[in-house]
Amino acid sequence: MDAIVAEHLSKTYPKGVRAVEDVSFRVAPGEIFGLLGPNGAGKSTTVRMLATLTKPDGGTGSVAGHDIRRDPAGVRRALGYVAQASGVDKHATGRENLTLQAQLHRVPRSEIRQRVDRVLEWVGLTDAADRMVQTYSGGMKRRLDIALGLVHEPEVLFLDEPTTGLDPETRAALWEDLLRLKHERRLAVLLTTHYLDEADRLCDRLAIVDRGRVVAEGTPAELKAAIRGDRVTLEVEQRPAEAAAVLAPLDGVLDVVPNGREVVARVLHGATAIPQLVTVLERAGITVQSVALHRPSLDDVYLFHTGHRMISDTLAPELVGQGEERR
Amino acid sequence: MGFVMDTLYLLKRHTLATVRIPIWVFMSLVSPLIWLVLYGQLFRRIVELPGFGSGSYIQFLTPGVVVMLALFSAAWGGMGTLQDLTDGVMDRMLVTPVSRAALIASRVLHTALTVAVQAAIILVVGLVMGARVPGGILGAVSVLGVSALLAAGISAVSNGLALITRREETLIAIVNFFATPLVFLSSAFIATALMPGWIRAIARANPVNWAVQGARNAMEGADWGAVASYGLLLTAFTIVCVLFATQAFRLYRRAM
Repeated sequence: MDAIVAEHLSKTYPKGVRAVEDVSFRVAPGEIFGLLGPNGAGKSTTVRMLATLTKPDGGTGSVAGHDIRRDPAGVRRALGYVAQASGVDKHATGRENLTLQAQLHRVPRSEIRQRVDRVLEWVGLTDAADRMVQTYSGGMKRRLDIALGLVHEPEVLFLDEPTTGLDPETRAALWEDLLRLKHERRLAVLLTTHYLDEADRLCDRLAIVDRGRVVAEGTPAELKAAIRGDRVTLEVEQRPAEAAAVLAPLDGVLDVVPNGREVVARVLHGATAIPQLVTVLERAGITVQSVALHRPSLDDVYLFHTGHRMISDTLAPELVGQGEERR
Repeated sequence: MGFVMDTLYLLKRHTLATVRIPIWVFMSLVSPLIWLVLYGQLFRRIVELPGFGSGSYIQFLTPGVVVMLALFSAAWGGMGTLQDLTDGVMDRMLVTPVSRAALIASRVLHTALTVAVQAAIILVVGLVMGARVPGGILGAVSVLGVSALLAAGISAVSNGLALITRREETLIAIVNFFATPLVFLSSAFIATALMPGWIRAIARANPVNWAVQGARNAMEGADWGAVASYGLLLTAFTIVCVLFATQAFRLYRRAM
């Protein structure tokens, strides 16, 4: 049985904002499933609907076999929810936060102390347990958030943007923790992120969400394999537009885009195409200064399916709108 | 069962937070204390007005200021809920099986208890300044009880407004707009007999006035029947307020 099911979930907010449109996916026990998309794509709303915090307008879903509409209480018992905004009580200690959470989750009184100790140990907060949360660093607060989601030993865990706002080192440490979690317990995890590297690293499968819709779903490898070709970036001394025009008609070149002092070509087989590309350019009197070959990244997958880049980064913004004629 | 235990667990959380940052408890005491000391001195001779019907103004004023404190302090009861909304604590708790009613009840109870302690402090200052409690221990306890009852109702309203408006500014504006007039439309500072007719009419329907009358009668120990009936009125008021807060909570859940 699937641990998390979303079936045609839809949500329109009062002011007519369509946050989520017909989102469906299934997550098996022991699997980390990612929702990848930019801010405002509808990831959090989807998670909130499955966590019984927001009522869907259409569709339904279930968590650990409990229907989110008919049995919200059952969903809450089975679920650990770590929200995007931290949910820790700043004016209490870490231990007090966890104890209250366990009490509200109806953990038997005799087990509370032991469970709290165990989860504190697990997230590495044993030494800080009796300090006010106010004094915690951002990373420690996030670890406490995750501990709050785990203290009642749920079957399903939702992590909404777990590493947003954390420094790279803390992020990496948290990734290790989450992978460890996956290996040690047979938890089903639903994770949202707008970090491509995070989705790539953590998720067994993922859905790319754009403007409230799922535009692609699969394992990171499958998604990347679905895009044909490699990306070759050629740095030229001058006339990048002319260079692009020279390369475009060649066999095996899918498209070419000039980008500053570079030309970005998508080709069927990168390794064999590179010598040909360089030769053709040299013959046209254009000197190539450097060549780089990239396997398709999730960013390319995202671009391919949505026609726009997820995060406005330095790479070929002109590629926007060039996402046709593939497959 | 779940409701009672959840309320106690949450009440413990709120109480610990208050005990750790007691500054808020004293902040809301400042202005009532100033009123008690300065007003009590400034208008000392007001009792000489024909028809005032009391021999000592500080004796008359003390229960009024106790109730004023209860109102002012409880009116901010919704701030904690707002903080929980902002911090994501509310969302986190709503994804647990916690009794929804306990989330409100614990806040209301916490305000009532805090106000009882604050009211005791004001009462002691009043005694130091020359007020007396002919009603004895029972009278003093009833003063605190009446204040706590009013505080419970006001806190429920404040929490309800917090859940509906979800904005600190709006709650502050509403509290500032209503709190002071409600005190002036009661017999906190002046005898009912000396009020203009229209204020007397409004005061009759003003829960703050019910609390003032109840507290004053209890302090004097003269008319226990009046104490009981004002107590009943306040209980009804508090029940209505809690129903309002519950409804506000439902609205909040639906708006999310």
